[in-house]
Amino acid sequence: MKIEILGTGCAKCRQLEAVVKEAVAKSGRFAHIEKVDDIMKIMEYQVVSTPGLVIDGKVVSTGKVLSVDEVTALLK
Amino acid sequence: MWYELSGVFVEKTLGVQGALADALHFFLYDTVKIGLLLVSIIFMVSFLRTWVNTEYVRAHLQGKSVMYGHVGASLFGIITPFCSCSAIPLFLGFIQARIPLGITFSYLISAPMNNEVAIAMLFGLFGWKITLAYIGFGLCVAIVGGWLIGRLGLEQEILMEVQPIAGQLEAHLVSLSLRDRAKEAWDYTFDIFKKIYIFVMIGVALGAWIHGYIPTEFIARYTGEGNPFAVVIAVLMGIPMYSNAAGVMPLIEVLTSKGMLLGTALSFMMAVTALSLPEALILKKIISLKLIGVFFAIVGSGIIAIGYLFNLII
Repeated sequence: MKIEILGTGCAKCRQLEAVVKEAVAKSGRFAHIEKVDDIMKIMEYQVVSTPGLVIDGKVVSTGKVLSVDEVTALLK
Repeated sequence: MWYELSGVFVEKTLGVQGALADALHFFLYDTVKIGLLLVSIIFMVSFLRTWVNTEYVRAHLQGKSVMYGHVGASLFGIITPFCSCSAIPLFLGFIQARIPLGITFSYLISAPMNNEVAIAMLFGLFGWKITLAYIGFGLCVAIVGGWLIGRLGLEQEILMEVQPIAGQLEAHLVSLSLRDRAKEAWDYTFDIFKKIYIFVMIGVALGAWIHGYIPTEFIARYTGEGNPFAVVIAVLMGIPMYSNAAGVMPLIEVLTSKGMLLGTALSFMMAVTALSLPEALILKKIISLKLIGVFFAIVGSGIIAIGYLFNLII
């Protein structure tokens, strides 16, 4: 599983990254987590409000910091 | 009712008298009132907001007429969240969807100006008339300002090459249960409230001190009719204050109650939210200094004009 966090380095993006790491650790799954801060790459995903969350190439959330529970639900 | 209650509490229970009692009463009354209003208004706005997101706005505005584009972008700016940190993806994303530069600016002017914190603070401190005037004039600045920027043909001032998306984007409203929406809105409200309430308290405390100790003539002389340049100075002072909109507004309320003209206050508050230095610094990475200058000049003069106009009418 590949998880990407889209954001150009704002506070919310770092929060989301921390949440995702915690959710993945709790789920016990193996996932490759990557922080994407290249604006061109973010645009390719057609995301206009950061932070964005992408799981296996699919945009699942934009513009907000999810909770650990919400991310856990998305991992399934 | 809370006004009398808090007054009785200060005088009878705490046994304080004079200017100190006045200031304490004012502080107690205002912090509680503003706190309640902030929570309820932020909750309402963020609840409504769970239906739309910026991606939806972008798809909706794509390929619309000039008139519809400017008005729509400005109106959407009220309801959608805006954080200066996502100004870049937003700006480039709009251009990518072939939304004209001017319409993009209409949104970029309206979104930070009509944010839920500013609206809640205004409503709590000044009442609905001033709040409506703020939103109404704010929309005018966003519509006319964006339109003007669009007319100037500054497209080559965008420093980044954006590959336009072919075809029409699809607009989907977010689907969630009401329960989830309420939960999301509540989380957001709590988060914002935590961040800003300390500034509100500091702002009100300073305001309470001015209320109790600084003479009215002093304030009227510098911020009222005695100073014809008050509006211009207020707008210039508002530029570096974006992050503290919640703390600045209580001070303004006290100043107006002591003789600062309402138009001057309105201009100042608009400058605080619409002209933000951090946002300009972020935008600097993707648009030229010239375009930022044009943006600030147009919005700034619009706000100044509104201030003088308002001072003349009232």
